Amino acid sequence: MITRRLLLGAGAALSLGPRARAAEPADPLQSISWAEMREQFLGGGPVVFDDGVALSAPSSAEDALQVPFLADAGKLGPVTRLVAFADLNPIPLILDYRPGALAPLIAARFKIQQATPLRVAALDARGLWHVAGQWVDAMGGGCTAPALAHGTDDWTAHLGESEARVFARDGRRRLRVSFRHPMDTGLAAGIPAFFIERVTVEKPDGSLLGALETFEPVSENPLLTVELPAALALPAVVIRARDNNGNVFRRPVTL
Amino acid sequence: MIRGIAFVLVLLWSGLAQAFDYGLKAVEVAPETYVVIGAMEHFSRQNGGNIVNTGFIVTAAGVVVIDTGPSLLYGRQLRALIGGITDAPVVLAVNTHAHPDHYLGNGAFDGVPIAALAGTRQAIAEAPPALLDGIYRLVGDAMAGTQSVPPGETLAPGLREVGGHRLEFLALGGHTGADLAVFDRSTGVLFAGDLAFLDRTPTTPQADLDHWLAALETLRALKPALVVPGHGPPAPPPAAFDQTADYLRWLRRVLAEAAAQGLDAAEVMALPLPPAVAALAVAPAEFARSVIHLYPAFERAMLSAK
Repeated sequence: MITRRLLLGAGAALSLGPRARAAEPADPLQSISWAEMREQFLGGGPVVFDDGVALSAPSSAEDALQVPFLADAGKLGPVTRLVAFADLNPIPLILDYRPGALAPLIAARFKIQQATPLRVAALDARGLWHVAGQWVDAMGGGCTAPALAHGTDDWTAHLGESEARVFARDGRRRLRVSFRHPMDTGLAAGIPAFFIERVTVEKPDGSLLGALETFEPVSENPLLTVELPAALALPAVVIRARDNNGNVFRRPVTL
Repeated sequence: MIRGIAFVLVLLWSGLAQAFDYGLKAVEVAPETYVVIGAMEHFSRQNGGNIVNTGFIVTAAGVVVIDTGPSLLYGRQLRALIGGITDAPVVLAVNTHAHPDHYLGNGAFDGVPIAALAGTRQAIAEAPPALLDGIYRLVGDAMAGTQSVPPGETLAPGLREVGGHRLEFLALGGHTGADLAVFDRSTGVLFAGDLAFLDRTPTTPQADLDHWLAALETLRALKPALVVPGHGPPAPPPAAFDQTADYLRWLRRVLAEAAAQGLDAAEVMALPLPPAVAALAVAPAEFARSVIHLYPAFERAMLSAK
């Protein structure tokens, strides 16, 4: 893994030539954590702050438990990864999406602990990270609050129940899916971390189309949005979610 | 030296904190009937949280206060304002509903019966401490000393004569779970609480759109001479009724359409606003809040529909 990352980094540096060694672009959001975020989540690779990723998110979190965001890197051409993180959250990494055969678009909701930059970085075919971001203001408390499910007695009976629907969007097919899951961060007193950590979209024969790693900050009962490009003509897909306790939830969807 | 400067700064700071002056003015909208009009803004340090209309009726049996404002200091200054107009005591204060800009002045009405609908009393009593924290954070010094003081009495809906004013208390809902409107049949003035907004985008943290629209029809049928909205200028009907209902219906339609198209909440917030909505005060921010409050139910309905 480390080797591959090093090789990728070296390859990017070679192909970019002098630009990669040029002065580091300054973080437009002026976050004290930017350098660390970049090192941790982008492998220290070359970055550019441009409009390659269209990020939609509120400027203020009305509900600290459910902050929506949608990132669309469609204009970058092939994108191998989309990584979302919130610099100042106690657990910054929200999700890491490898769209594979799917479109480079992802929407989800996350828990916010305090005002923080929200970023989505897209890795293009040349190995360059395109970083979009904005500050999201918040009163906070989203990460350390227990999931609402713990206020009910029977949440375990519904664990993993799912709903999904397909929408036609500008020639693409948008897939929205939600799973019942508390997505506990482990930061609320007495409640261990318990969250869906991997969601895959597969062909009916089980071959992989796209893979999403989800982390503690993703909101309770995750509602995820991905898109299938028009060229991907399939009668059906299977969405598979696995949590950190080994539970697997499977949702076939007819397209 | 530095310590001396710091001391002076602390003195100045505390002096400013105590001196926050809301500059409240009472507008006489009908005989013995006054409205104190707030800014059509969000909570801020500059406005001290004064974003709300309060009102009072000077009856022969004493003063009836409708909503106490966003802070202890506001409540005190409202009481002083009333004292400048009449020597009569305040005999009743009501809270129209459980939103903090309407009841956080309760602490200034010591010794006065404070009444609200049963649902409002319960909601205020159960309001999480984080709500007050949030307003302190937004408003700052003007909130000094403010605590949540739940109304001590349950207001029975119906007609009640108070010092020559025939006051009808209407138990409605839709803006929140329990919304009180006060209709003075003697003057024709309707204090609509936050069931009616004028020129200011309605807020929806606890809204039930269908219920709210029905409540507006009930208010319309009263045929008041003047409507005092919770936010925005007092005006004869139907301006506030029409504008509020139009906004709620637009909101309901746009959210339903967005859910049917599979939009994510983040995309819905960024939708362009039609001119009639964009013309309302704080429209983009309030619409974004409404998406967070209301859109999840539309999404769930769409995802679970077979």
